[in-house]
Amino acid sequence: MLTLTHLYWLVGAIMALVAVLTLLDAQHPRRFRSGLFWLSYGAIFIVGDYLPTAVVGALVLGMALLAGLGGLAAGPYQALPDQLQRVSLERLGKKLFVPALAIPGFTLLLVLIMGQFPALHWFDPKNLTLLSLGVACVLAFAIACYLTRESPRQGGLEAKRLLEAIGWAFLLPHLLATLGLVFNQAGVGQIIAALSHDYLQLDSRLAAVAAYALAMAGFTVIMGNAFAAFPVITAGLGIPLLIQQHDANPAVMAAIGMFCGYCGTLLTPMAANFNIVPVALLGLKDQHAVIKAQAPTALILLAVNIVLLDQLAFL
Amino acid sequence: MNYWPLLGIAVVMIGFVLRYNAVLVVISAALVTGLCALMPPVQLLSAIGESFLKTRSLPVILLLPLAIIGLLERHGLKQQAQRFIAGVKGATVGRLLSIYLLAREGSAALGLTSLGGHPQMVRPLVAPMAEALAERQHPGLTQQVRDKVKAMAAATDNIGLFFGEDIFVAFGAIVLMHTFLRESGIETDPMHIALWGIPTAIAAFLIHAIRLRRLDHYLATEQARLAKAAQPETECN
Repeated sequence: MLTLTHLYWLVGAIMALVAVLTLLDAQHPRRFRSGLFWLSYGAIFIVGDYLPTAVVGALVLGMALLAGLGGLAAGPYQALPDQLQRVSLERLGKKLFVPALAIPGFTLLLVLIMGQFPALHWFDPKNLTLLSLGVACVLAFAIACYLTRESPRQGGLEAKRLLEAIGWAFLLPHLLATLGLVFNQAGVGQIIAALSHDYLQLDSRLAAVAAYALAMAGFTVIMGNAFAAFPVITAGLGIPLLIQQHDANPAVMAAIGMFCGYCGTLLTPMAANFNIVPVALLGLKDQHAVIKAQAPTALILLAVNIVLLDQLAFL
Repeated sequence: MNYWPLLGIAVVMIGFVLRYNAVLVVISAALVTGLCALMPPVQLLSAIGESFLKTRSLPVILLLPLAIIGLLERHGLKQQAQRFIAGVKGATVGRLLSIYLLAREGSAALGLTSLGGHPQMVRPLVAPMAEALAERQHPGLTQQVRDKVKAMAAATDNIGLFFGEDIFVAFGAIVLMHTFLRESGIETDPMHIALWGIPTAIAAFLIHAIRLRRLDHYLATEQARLAKAAQPETECN
């Protein structure tokens, strides 16, 4: 049965390939530091489960220093000469969309098929979507190589080029998720819940609703993740204030409360995979360009959510 | 109670406000939080390593499509996307992104969250198409307006995803809310949580679609302003 471990091997192998391609490139401006970074990351994916966790932690610390202190840079890249690209574009035309659309297409197909026939035991049902995405990417990669008549090695060079364009932002979402778990282990959630429980006594219903909604959004801005904020804020404010004191419908409170958190996600650089990675992927000048584009929608929607919560939770 | 671990949150906020490198800010925050919670250094490293291992699925989604998208870009995927959208009559940035918003939010609501995304859809297809349409609506686009349109393409993907996925009943967030409330002694029906998300999902679509219409309007007025500013000059010649 295909499990997450196999997917991690694939990802680790790609990272190791990027490391080797970097280390072999004498013209690379950060040859050894970049190479070391991708080698460590690949090792964590392939043999991470067998290493003592403190060693993994030390590797993470090293990678963060390499990435944070400018150790990742773009190496030289040989683009296809204009004329060859034009010939290729004429030959392929709309077929170029096929591999790109094959990624979601195959993912969807695999999710549906494997969901229909769980008895096959081909995919670990707990991670069906992720595994389907992995297999879909392998298939789409084969189609892309076939159509463009490129070698898998060129595919590795392309992955390296795009990873270099993303730079340190690639590590950020993973590191933030790690920070969230470290916060949990250090009991940050309980402290916030205790503080808000002790110091916020709100008797008016609308004030209680607004406090819960704004706290969900605000704490999500800090944590970068509404899932991390939900248990803390719901335990600290939602249950004692809205449910116990004002008799709110818990399903409504949870649904709209989580959406208030999502409004916070749209506003924070801590949600790096949504807000910072695309800035790097699209080559935007302003680090916060995506957040600025989202902010009006997020703020209006947060206000709408407060009204909805006040109107729907006490029917 | 030991309140010192909150210092980690302060490190994050100060670091982001002063715009230090985010990777350094986050790793410092993790170290400060752990030390303030009186974890011994080896245990802290262990906690970081263990958490990092547990969250390994995050970079997978970002990494896997890159080789494919890179190969296609090498052979002109962006140009092809722009050529394709140029042939669609009546297409505007606002309309294109509104349709994408509807498709993204709708498919996410059916649980198909991997049908979009920044590496596989926005960078190679949606952003170049939006850019080409903006260029058509507003020739002589400044870099600033160009970046604004591209950022809006990324923002539209996020908004569609967030407010769609949460009304799909089997989505992790619904499971999380249901489980958490149950542990707190409150019984809810996951179906109800999903259904009560629908009003917000509709509001999110309407608010963002209106903003996308206004983006079209902005491009048109910007264009008119530039044309007006250019006119006296041509008369002088």
